[in-house]
Amino acid sequence: MVPLSYYLVLSAILFACGVTGFLIKRNIITIFMSIELMLNGVNLSFVAFAAQWHALSGQVFVFFVMVVAAAEAAVGLAVIIAIYRARETLNVDQVNLLKL
Amino acid sequence: MSIHLILFLFFGVAAVAGAVNLLAQSHPINSALSLIAVMAALAGEFLLLGAEFVAAIQVIVYAGAIMVLFVFVIMLLNAGVEERTKGSKVAIMFGIPGMLIGSVLVAWAVLHSYGNQQVFASVLEGTPSKIAMLLFHEFLLPFEVTSILILIAIMGAVVLASKPHAVQKRKEH
Amino acid sequence: MPIWLFIVVSVVKSAILLVVLLTAVAYTVWLERKVVGHMQNRWGPTRVGPFGLLQPAADGLKFLFKEDLTPPHVYKPLYIAAPMIAVIFALTSIAVIPFGNSVVIHGYTIPLQVTDVNVGLLLILGVTSIGVYGVALAGWSSNNKYSLLGGLRASAQMVSYEISLGLSLVGVLIMSGSFSLRHIVEAQQGHFWGFIPRWNIFHGQIVGFFCYLIAAYAETNRIPFDLPEAETELVAGYHTEYSAMKFAMFFMAEYANMITVACLATLLFLGGWNGPVFGPYPLQVILPVIWFAAKVFVFLFIYIWVRGTLPRFRYDQLMAFGWKFLLPVAICNLIATAVAVAW
Repeated sequence: MVPLSYYLVLSAILFACGVTGFLIKRNIITIFMSIELMLNGVNLSFVAFAAQWHALSGQVFVFFVMVVAAAEAAVGLAVIIAIYRARETLNVDQVNLLKL
Repeated sequence: MSIHLILFLFFGVAAVAGAVNLLAQSHPINSALSLIAVMAALAGEFLLLGAEFVAAIQVIVYAGAIMVLFVFVIMLLNAGVEERTKGSKVAIMFGIPGMLIGSVLVAWAVLHSYGNQQVFASVLEGTPSKIAMLLFHEFLLPFEVTSILILIAIMGAVVLASKPHAVQKRKEH
Repeated sequence: MPIWLFIVVSVVKSAILLVVLLTAVAYTVWLERKVVGHMQNRWGPTRVGPFGLLQPAADGLKFLFKEDLTPPHVYKPLYIAAPMIAVIFALTSIAVIPFGNSVVIHGYTIPLQVTDVNVGLLLILGVTSIGVYGVALAGWSSNNKYSLLGGLRASAQMVSYEISLGLSLVGVLIMSGSFSLRHIVEAQQGHFWGFIPRWNIFHGQIVGFFCYLIAAYAETNRIPFDLPEAETELVAGYHTEYSAMKFAMFFMAEYANMITVACLATLLFLGGWNGPVFGPYPLQVILPVIWFAAKVFVFLFIYIWVRGTLPRFRYDQLMAFGWKFLLPVAICNLIATAVAVAW
């Protein structure tokens, strides 16, 4: 029997790794993947609390988080392709002018 | 040292190792593969918590569709190894210790406030039929709204990723 | 059943299934060569053993002894991992497929299935989704424009037809009420009108069956949807740079996927192991397995028959067909089934 706090600590570690990746990485696709990592950490929290409070709404909410993450990934990757077509680079440090 | 704890530690260590590898790798394709490993480990964790439908959906949707999209884009745009700029070195110098301190604080706060509340393995049966009952009765409005959201996302992605009209007009001349 | 006995029985079942599956893969290749040969008015393999039955063994030996060349310009970790990913996930989905009723040995009831998971059907769909990575990473890591194009085309095709595959199965789910494969087969027992068996294909899912058939051909990259690996188009597509054992692994993965898809079609649409059962107890255990194998064989024969008959689709025709025709048909099938069950 695993204490609830272990699950929450694991979720916090994954979230922290996601935030770190968002801050230190320079490739726009890797930054996007760190966002997905943060969402996964939050999903684990939701399911852990659903198991503790015996409420299935936690798992339903994870379903919605996944749907929103899918929609966000689709649109975000389309934006990345559009930026690559305009600027020929995937490095966020070089995408710093409003006009080409 | 119950089997629940051993499995939790196995999947947990795999998830954290994948997350740290995502940060450590310089080529985006390696980061993408580590993220897939994290998602698979999390699917295992979900199974331990009794959420079998959510675990299956995690594998099918997240690891099997969203990450395929990422891998496609990495392959299409021929993303290369990351370069180290001055900004990234500063971010690493301040970001990693900051995050370590932050996560240690959060972990300490969580471990001390929840006492000894235990979660038992697979007590809550997240079978598809129970989740469907909730989804189509209490959560019907969010369900319909997310379906419209996906429709908007599809249309937006197709419009954003198509070739711009200016290029087509130039080709006509 | 005590835990250690459960583990031993599961390991034995997995080992038997693995051996049976790999032999089935080898003999599916033989069957294909013979059937396509006869359709093209020639013999197929006849020299190695009677009727060419030892040809798969000869092919296996050839693959073992061939030179395993790794080109210098490939991205090595993924180049070596991609065929392994393809084979592992092709062989994993056999774990939830039930082959027959339970066997009672020494008072213990052992089901003829490695595990019976509540969400067995979702697990198979998940494993199919992950199998796309083997193809995509093989195309990319080969560092070759033909492989990259072939890999991208193959993965885009597999991802597009996965949706129609899943939707065509939902009709069966609505009628059976469970994701567990054993329950779905048990819901197809019995007859109606006296002699027509209550298989899902006769019980209203004929459109679902054809959607599943077409989506399965596209999912396993078989003719008429095999542009990604066509020799005349893309210099063998994503497995251009692979030789010997790694190529054999891709080959095995493709045929194992074919067999998994055939087993799934039998379970969901053709009634699984339901069939006339008679005789003493050992026969009562073996006969359902024989019926299951016969139905899988019929489905594989249809696969090979279509391969020998139809020309292949062009890539844009293929994608247009998947998104603009098959997906709406699968959705209409789902709506019609839901309405019929609700009344």
